Amino acid sequence: MEAVSLADWFKEVANWAFMVIAFPTLFAAWRTVSSNNIVRAVLYLVISLAGTAAMFLMLGAAFVAWTVVLVYIGAVIILFLIGIMITRAPLGVDSDLSHGRDVMLPAALLSIVLFAVTAWAVWDAFGMIMIQPFEPTSTADLANVLFDRFVIPFEVVSFVLLAALIGGITLARRDNTGAKR
Amino acid sequence: MTVVQFVLVGMAFFSIGLYGVLSRKNAVLILASVELMLAGVNINMVTFDTYLQDQLHAGQIFSLFIIALAAAEVGIGIAIILLIFRNLQTADVDSLDLMKD
Repeated sequence: MEAVSLADWFKEVANWAFMVIAFPTLFAAWRTVSSNNIVRAVLYLVISLAGTAAMFLMLGAAFVAWTVVLVYIGAVIILFLIGIMITRAPLGVDSDLSHGRDVMLPAALLSIVLFAVTAWAVWDAFGMIMIQPFEPTSTADLANVLFDRFVIPFEVVSFVLLAALIGGITLARRDNTGAKR
Repeated sequence: MTVVQFVLVGMAFFSIGLYGVLSRKNAVLILASVELMLAGVNINMVTFDTYLQDQLHAGQIFSLFIIALAAAEVGIGIAIILLIFRNLQTADVDSLDLMKD
């Protein structure tokens, strides 16, 4: 439980790298929810998710980081873009993507209050306690735990994915049999 | 590196995502905001996994589960949005008021 002073915090090179990652990531997250261009909003989501992957790398969680890159940036973003194209959203600037000021202001207030309360709670609990030097998690370690201790949740997740697959097909396909009934 | 710096970024992600869910009208962008919230949760999970030096790596395993479930959620969500679009010709959640009064 070793605390660090603010001056020492700024001397550590990793923290500068962290700030170089964190500020563009948060800016991109903000633009995701505020941009008036729907395609740009989704592309900003790519930047913010890439930022989270970079933070996972800083924390030694390489496998999770590359999973984020493959699953989120590779697959989920494509789903979003396909969804945008199929729903024929206007691709240019569109002011009708968000609610008016009457909803925006309470929403902003609520999220700022949520952030303030949780930030205060975490600061109160941890302060400037450092993360001790750690070994990066190897994929082999992660796999050993996943297929030993967590094998039943793993199977449950695969079942959920199967159900989602079947559900997605049933929802999205045009029902040709219904007319005969 | 401190615990707080990573957790604060995760909480900022969650709050920004909450703002997006509440203030967006387009259904696809609401789903994107939900993804932001889940990304914030993932940052928290991995941070505390590293901080606690967990031998079971429960935090990382859970963030993998969250990623898998988020992918399933987006797939189903987009399918539902397509269905709504096919019936109502819009992806605007304000027009989904059939069950209202």
